[in-house]
Amino acid sequence: MVFYATLQGERYRFDDLRTLLARASPLRSGDELIGVAAADPVERVAAREALANVPLRAFLNEAVIPFEQCDVTRLVVERHDAASFAPIAHMTVGQWRDWLLGYEADEAALAAIARGLTPEMVSAVSKLMRNQDLIAVARKVRVVTAFRNTQGLKGRLGARLQPNHPTDDARGIAAALLDGLLLGAGDAVLGINPATDSIETGMVLVHMLDEIRRRYDIPTQSCVLTHITNTLAMIERGAPVDLVFQSIAGTQRANESFGVSLALLDEAHQAARSLRRGSVGENVMYFETGQGAAISADAHFGVDQQTLEVRAYAVAREYAPLLVNTVVGFIGPEYLYDGKQIIRAGLEDHFCGKLMGLPMGCDVCYTNHAEADQDDSDDLMMLLAAAGVNFLIAVPGGDDVMLNYQSLSYHDILTVRSVYGTAPAPEFERWLQRMALLDGRRRLNANAPLALPGFLDE
Amino acid sequence: MSESRPDPARDPWIALRGLTHARIGLGRAGDALAGADVRALQAAHAAARRAVHAALDPARLSLAEPFLEVRSRAPDRGVFVRRPDLGRRLCPLDAARLPQAPCDVLFVIADGLSALAAARQAPGVLEAARASLPGWSIGPLIVAHNARVALGDEIGTLVGARCVVMMIGERPGLSAADSLSLYLTWDPKVGRMDSERNCLSNIHAHGGMAHDEAAFRLAWLLRGARTLGRSGVALKDDSMTARLPPPTP
Repeated sequence: MVFYATLQGERYRFDDLRTLLARASPLRSGDELIGVAAADPVERVAAREALANVPLRAFLNEAVIPFEQCDVTRLVVERHDAASFAPIAHMTVGQWRDWLLGYEADEAALAAIARGLTPEMVSAVSKLMRNQDLIAVARKVRVVTAFRNTQGLKGRLGARLQPNHPTDDARGIAAALLDGLLLGAGDAVLGINPATDSIETGMVLVHMLDEIRRRYDIPTQSCVLTHITNTLAMIERGAPVDLVFQSIAGTQRANESFGVSLALLDEAHQAARSLRRGSVGENVMYFETGQGAAISADAHFGVDQQTLEVRAYAVAREYAPLLVNTVVGFIGPEYLYDGKQIIRAGLEDHFCGKLMGLPMGCDVCYTNHAEADQDDSDDLMMLLAAAGVNFLIAVPGGDDVMLNYQSLSYHDILTVRSVYGTAPAPEFERWLQRMALLDGRRRLNANAPLALPGFLDE
Repeated sequence: MSESRPDPARDPWIALRGLTHARIGLGRAGDALAGADVRALQAAHAAARRAVHAALDPARLSLAEPFLEVRSRAPDRGVFVRRPDLGRRLCPLDAARLPQAPCDVLFVIADGLSALAAARQAPGVLEAARASLPGWSIGPLIVAHNARVALGDEIGTLVGARCVVMMIGERPGLSAADSLSLYLTWDPKVGRMDSERNCLSNIHAHGGMAHDEAAFRLAWLLRGARTLGRSGVALKDDSMTARLPPPTP
């Protein structure tokens, strides 16, 4: 279908929905890299004008990536729930944007439509929203999940503790883990990115995390973020696997480049559930995504990177994950050039994920060749907390010594929690109290290593 | 009020700090990081930023031999970081100027994402590599600006090299802003995939690979590539099992 808009005396033509979405997207280097961005700011606004007039029903008739060529498109079509879609079926994208911001669109109303939404609808409406709109709507959505504690409750902000080490040295990892626990991080997950692909190393780390968790009776879950086939192998060998991790993207071809398929995700989901290790819930999957992933895998089909990102959420929601986070500034400036693009992308990803019904978190981060610094991370962290993000990722001092990028520090999490008056998951907060790591006003004590005695004993 | 600084003798983290160079046991000011720790991270980030945006000045490399300078199609650092595709192709003017000089190995000193790494590590590695390659004909030294790894493919084809070695600055981390990588590509031509190259990385002076070690492993890989007639995943770096005694410091 062809779309037109006239703006400032000039007539613009957009050949199909895919092109219209790309031209309407906020400026970002990844879309420029593959040549789908608007030629100038006026064309971008013209595209938004045209997009505002597109009926939501049109998204059910035109796929941005052909049904025959992509199992993600097929998944979206098969799972679309007409009854959930009914309340908004008569609207255009522009009308839906205003409806989302309206008083009637409360928590229940937004939850009721989630299964009627396609990723392209959600991407489209986000392109008509300013940053404050993305925050105002996202904070109305609540997605609660559980395993050994409850994530996503009102007034709570989770933190993944990421104690990476460049050679996977178990004692080096344990030292960074202790640092994080003493600073109140780790309720979302104790999650290590291993430096190697080795299953043996993965086994050592999974056992170490589980042993520490049991020794101190910490109501949280652990995860070694290795490839899903490695995790399946570890489960077969009897490893105490809490969560199955996988990076996913928005096209079949990009997922193939990650070595993952929907069938493999199904298999791993079933395998992890069969272990029945959760105490308060059964959400066992952990996914990471990020704008630019499908482009860097040369699997983008000319679709803008933000729409591709939301398609990844359609994959994620199939598996009722405990945690999903975008790793927003990680892939580099060829996809998100500077702090402005990273902040916008972080807010978009959180909004779109929440609208799709996902327990969205974020790795607020940047690399040293991006035009960004810790102030940009502070901004995004504060904005995401205002938007009600489920969890954030933190590393010692904000410096990940294995992945060589900057994320948030454990201290940053303390700051954002105190600014917004939020706390970790209730089960985890009670543990912090029980271990005397908090003072009487829910603030963190200056905890020395011996506050968790015997942590690094042989 | 003076800034709080921990007494090193009473630092309870001292033993744990030896286990990782992650920034553990940092000071606090309320919830926030202590000011000294904030500035330490800013200093490391500033050094990394300087390395990313530095220009490679070959006149200051104290190279023992003449060299040719080429540029990619990325006109400046801002475009370079945004458009990796432009950093992989020569600007047409320089492509036309490159001489045909058939050789076994062609060395290219390239800025990549850290001109600082190229300046600090490449001359030393090059000198050691030359000494490790008796009997190999070595082409004219090239210095490349705003270069990605794959720029070596076009350079190697035009010069007529059997193999090209890109000595290129890595993306700076906070612990090392001057780390170099060597990428070896046998039979270089435009369109080679990364899986058709071999890489030696982390060449720097802060606990990374030493210049002599890098040269030794490079020579080992080059001999292997010549035997196989190709580089890449088919060529495994087993140089560690075939080691010579380490050179005296």
